[in-house]
Amino acid sequence: MTTQIAELHIRRGEPGDAPREQVFNVPFEPGQSVLDALRWIRVHADPDLAFRFSCINANACKECMMQIDGKVGYACTARLVAGPMQVAPLANKALVRDLVTEIAPPEERLFR
Amino acid sequence: MRGLEGRPARDAGRCNVPFDDAASLRAKLDVPSASVQETGLLSAVPACRCPPCAAKSGKSRVMNELDCDVLVIGAGGAGMYAALSAARAGARVLLVDRGLIGRAGATVMAQMTVAVALGEECPDTPEAHLNDTLAAGRGLCDPALARLLVEDGPARIREMDAWKVGWARAEDGSHIRQAHAPGHDRPRCVYVDFLNTGPAVSRTLRTQLNPVSAVRRIGDIVITDIATHAGRATGAVGFELGSGAAVSLRAGATIIATGGLTRLYARNSASANMGGDGYALALRAGAELLDMEFVQFFPIGHLAPRLIGMDPIMWDPFRYKLGGRLLNRDGDEFSERYGREASGRYNLTRDVATYAIFKEVEAGRGSPAGGAFLSFTHVPEAELRRNFGPVIDRLAKNGIDLTRQAVEVAPIAHYHMGGVAVGPDMATRVPGLYACGEAVGGANGANRLSGNAITEALVFGEVAGRHAAAHARAQGALRVAGDAPSLSLVTGAATLCRPEGAGSRSGLASLMTRLQALMAEKVGPFRTHDKLAAALAELAAMQAELGEAPPPAAGGYDMARLDWYDLRNMLLVARCVAEAAIARKESRGAHQREDLPGMLPEWEANQVIEWRDDGLRLKRRAALQQREAA
Repeated sequence: MTTQIAELHIRRGEPGDAPREQVFNVPFEPGQSVLDALRWIRVHADPDLAFRFSCINANACKECMMQIDGKVGYACTARLVAGPMQVAPLANKALVRDLVTEIAPPEERLFR
Repeated sequence: MRGLEGRPARDAGRCNVPFDDAASLRAKLDVPSASVQETGLLSAVPACRCPPCAAKSGKSRVMNELDCDVLVIGAGGAGMYAALSAARAGARVLLVDRGLIGRAGATVMAQMTVAVALGEECPDTPEAHLNDTLAAGRGLCDPALARLLVEDGPARIREMDAWKVGWARAEDGSHIRQAHAPGHDRPRCVYVDFLNTGPAVSRTLRTQLNPVSAVRRIGDIVITDIATHAGRATGAVGFELGSGAAVSLRAGATIIATGGLTRLYARNSASANMGGDGYALALRAGAELLDMEFVQFFPIGHLAPRLIGMDPIMWDPFRYKLGGRLLNRDGDEFSERYGREASGRYNLTRDVATYAIFKEVEAGRGSPAGGAFLSFTHVPEAELRRNFGPVIDRLAKNGIDLTRQAVEVAPIAHYHMGGVAVGPDMATRVPGLYACGEAVGGANGANRLSGNAITEALVFGEVAGRHAAAHARAQGALRVAGDAPSLSLVTGAATLCRPEGAGSRSGLASLMTRLQALMAEKVGPFRTHDKLAAALAELAAMQAELGEAPPPAAGGYDMARLDWYDLRNMLLVARCVAEAAIARKESRGAHQREDLPGMLPEWEANQVIEWRDDGLRLKRRAALQQREAA
């Protein structure tokens, strides 16, 4: 298979920061997911990039919910495409850092 | 029942005051200063006065202390059941997980079946289930734990049925369906269609937990150590991932329900948080680990083409229902040469199937991606659809048409037979410390019978919760804050700033992938002395690379800091697996030594690991199953 390049425009930052966008060029094989790319970035480019995930591939944990090209979806089931892709945290949840938002029910948080 | 809110004096979790003002903090918390001094925890939290910290909320700079009767670490199937069970016994329970409650762990991932002697499909007895469990365990099962699993299993599974989990039923609704899985002498395995067993079990347990006010559930809590005082477990310490805030959880009894260690391996079938942390927590607290060399590989994990939105163990139910053909590059059904599998039937146990696929690949007869082909092309499309309806559509979205093509499969780390050594009450040798679920070793010996994992999670969770609640009650209301090896690390790191240039953050994520590759290559299902010795040397080098202290604090959701604590546990547990594997000089069940083929009678023994004098100590004792028989 031929390796392609996804150009991920990722919104970064903590609450209160001015949101900034960072671009990562990620090599991939067709069929790979956005979560694959985020994990690749942590190993190869920026270990500080924050995102939630647990089950990796099964779409069972539902933790990797974020905005991908403006639509809410799961990073583990969204496929990478060659060229630019926009990745941002959920807009309707409190931001924790980068792509991580507060998605647990309030009664299941330490600070509620 | 009393809720946790009943004790505002100790329930500092919602406190949001900066540490700088310790006196006002004590006043707001209404904590007697003697009690604060007794713990010494609050004064251990440094107050960072740099501008970024000063500008932000102070919640991460206070040591958050919570008090409960029973602390349950891990909110998968076993942990959720343990919390329910402890609450039923009258305990105030704190259920914590490093991810979201009921979402992380292995149970929610399980797409397969649950073994239990219900006798719905044909007559069955716990005794028959026990015989199959002991046979699969190759002489190493702890018979008391195995017996508990098979005898309490039916009650737990019927209870789940009453709670409307939705076990698949015969078309006329007359009885619960039970599939005939490999290693069982008769149809014994219940399931929820379609490939929905684990999610249904998790959802059902969550529904049961939600209205129980005696259980406080908190996600994003990373436990770094069990706290101990005078040889007893007194709770745990760690941090809240979202804020980086240090937490101290005081408990009359503590239950480890953190699952297994499959994350140690490059290819695995469980979630990213199954890094063996519970084994490391137990070991450092003074408990023993048992049978650590026995890592079960699931033989037919999905390998290619790339499949997303589905777990790689999904092919097992296909084989239960439809058989399927396991083929090598040349189209031969090679498993007949290694075991007794007849064409199109699925009766090959996991260890034999794993061995067969590895040997075919080694002989150059593997599939292009390095595994075997699994083919259902001989099964009519209507038959596929009747059995797996919506799954066939999900496969189509991935470009896979089973009527036209075979998929590629390969062995994948799936389950750990070994774990924390406990008695039939799930108590470790450390008073106040319990374990349940996959975190426990012994019930499954050298190889787990398929379908026993969820049964084990529910049964052992019930027992652990009940006994932990009784232990906490016997301790009385006064909780002692113990000490923990990582206390100064978690409190020392509880600032909000990201200091520049102090320590390395950058190598940790790649160290993790190197560890996973090393374990897959040298401590996988087929081992030699030389490979294991090389692995141990490499693990020591990785330990030196990790260092003694976490990277500088970086506030909320600091993934590099999380990697450091994960690696601290994973490297310790990897050493346990490799040390036990190099010491076991034979092949048995999931532990196959290519340089030492064959089972030896003198190795009908369990290996036990403890942490003593700053080192791992490995000892060998005759297997309980053999001692009972003698």
